[in-house]
Amino acid sequence: MKLPAFAYHRADSLADAVDALAVHGPEARVLGGGQSLLPLMALRMSVPEVLVDISTAADLRHHEVHDGGVTVGAAVTTRTLETDPGVHPLIRSCLARIGHVEIRTRGTVCGSLAHADPAAELPALLLAVEGSVELVAAHGSRVVPAAEFVAGPYTTSIDDGELVAAATLPAIAASAGWSVREIARRSGDFALVGVICVLDVDRSRRCHDARVVLFGVAATAVRATAAEEALLGEIVDGLSVEQAAELAFTGVDVLGDLHGSAEYRRRAGARLVAAALDEAADRAHDTTTSRAAARA
Amino acid sequence: MRDTHEPAPVTARVNGRTESAAVAPRTTLADYLRHGLGLTGTHLGCEHGVCGACTVLLDGNPVRSCLTLAVQAHGREVRTVEGLAAPDGTMHPLQERFWRHQALQCGFCTPGFLMAALAAVDEEPDMSRDRIRERLSGNVCRCTGYQPIVDAVEGFSADRAAEHAGEDR
Repeated sequence: MKLPAFAYHRADSLADAVDALAVHGPEARVLGGGQSLLPLMALRMSVPEVLVDISTAADLRHHEVHDGGVTVGAAVTTRTLETDPGVHPLIRSCLARIGHVEIRTRGTVCGSLAHADPAAELPALLLAVEGSVELVAAHGSRVVPAAEFVAGPYTTSIDDGELVAAATLPAIAASAGWSVREIARRSGDFALVGVICVLDVDRSRRCHDARVVLFGVAATAVRATAAEEALLGEIVDGLSVEQAAELAFTGVDVLGDLHGSAEYRRRAGARLVAAALDEAADRAHDTTTSRAAARA
Repeated sequence: MRDTHEPAPVTARVNGRTESAAVAPRTTLADYLRHGLGLTGTHLGCEHGVCGACTVLLDGNPVRSCLTLAVQAHGREVRTVEGLAAPDGTMHPLQERFWRHQALQCGFCTPGFLMAALAAVDEEPDMSRDRIRERLSGNVCRCTGYQPIVDAVEGFSADRAAEHAGEDR
């Protein structure tokens, strides 16, 4: 399957890229790492007339770690961020689950967000850390929070002429614990069901922040709000974790496919959420107790 | 802006030689290597990034040459399976290990495995067998059952470690 023909524009800067997008409008697509776009083109699911290649645009190739969070330029590869020891382990753990090394070497963080695959890790991570994306067009820029960015499968609030110039993944509380878990048939496959948890607990394991994001199960990554609400203010223990896990899929429109039925995803997903909550609570508790010990 | 089919220039170092050409933008790096340069050691299986047979090194990092445009290799360094053996045909130590462990049967996937494994061992010299499997999980082999491939990479990794220990003395 060869690629369909297209015109190619190598953008040497963000300004150059948005100018090209302004000229070509909806006929143009942004080429970052190409690890999602090129397969879609090979399969004729996407046939853009113009590709605007931003992968070597100098001003888009930087990421900046700040207060535990990170802002990632559009041309920064998954592998670059994954191998930066200054990046929070929650983020690195998510990134290491994306495809294979060969894919992560070329694929970009912002490109995966823009692609908005419902089973992808990055849109789920953006929700879990309550991050945002910066959309830039020739006429201006805007910042879109995670909750308003993805509208449906492979559908985002990116308008014609806009590109994701940067994504910001803010820090989680230093006292918070986290967990990333997924079930996939093979290493590197998209998750049949995946979960990202961020839990903050006090010294008595009472929960004062809970974020549970499910991916690979519905039309988009979703916050499991019923599970989050069930944990808030509660002591995180076997019972409350079990109750939250049972509620995780309440109100979630779970989709089945040939790899796993909706029923399988709900049942396996509930166990996955329980394991993730346990792990996140333990990490939070460890952090909280070691901080208390350091103060004493 | 170029017309759709207008060729775009690409100049890259391929296995240590500078190669220049004008290619149609839609030409993948894999097709450029195979058809433009006659380097048919890089194999194409699925042509959409799933099988790993087309893996080459771009600036030392493993990539799918079917998911990289030839024009994106402009100004960069490409290493293919042809760049492994010495000019006199002496096999690269990793190839030697694949041969010794019978880590191939039909050989179709082998160039991709060699390039992926070389990059993996360069980055992580002390991989466990599980880690080797993880690192090579992007490559598909339908003959060997993977066992001898893991053996070969483990052996190569040990050879490297022994070499380095020798240098340290």
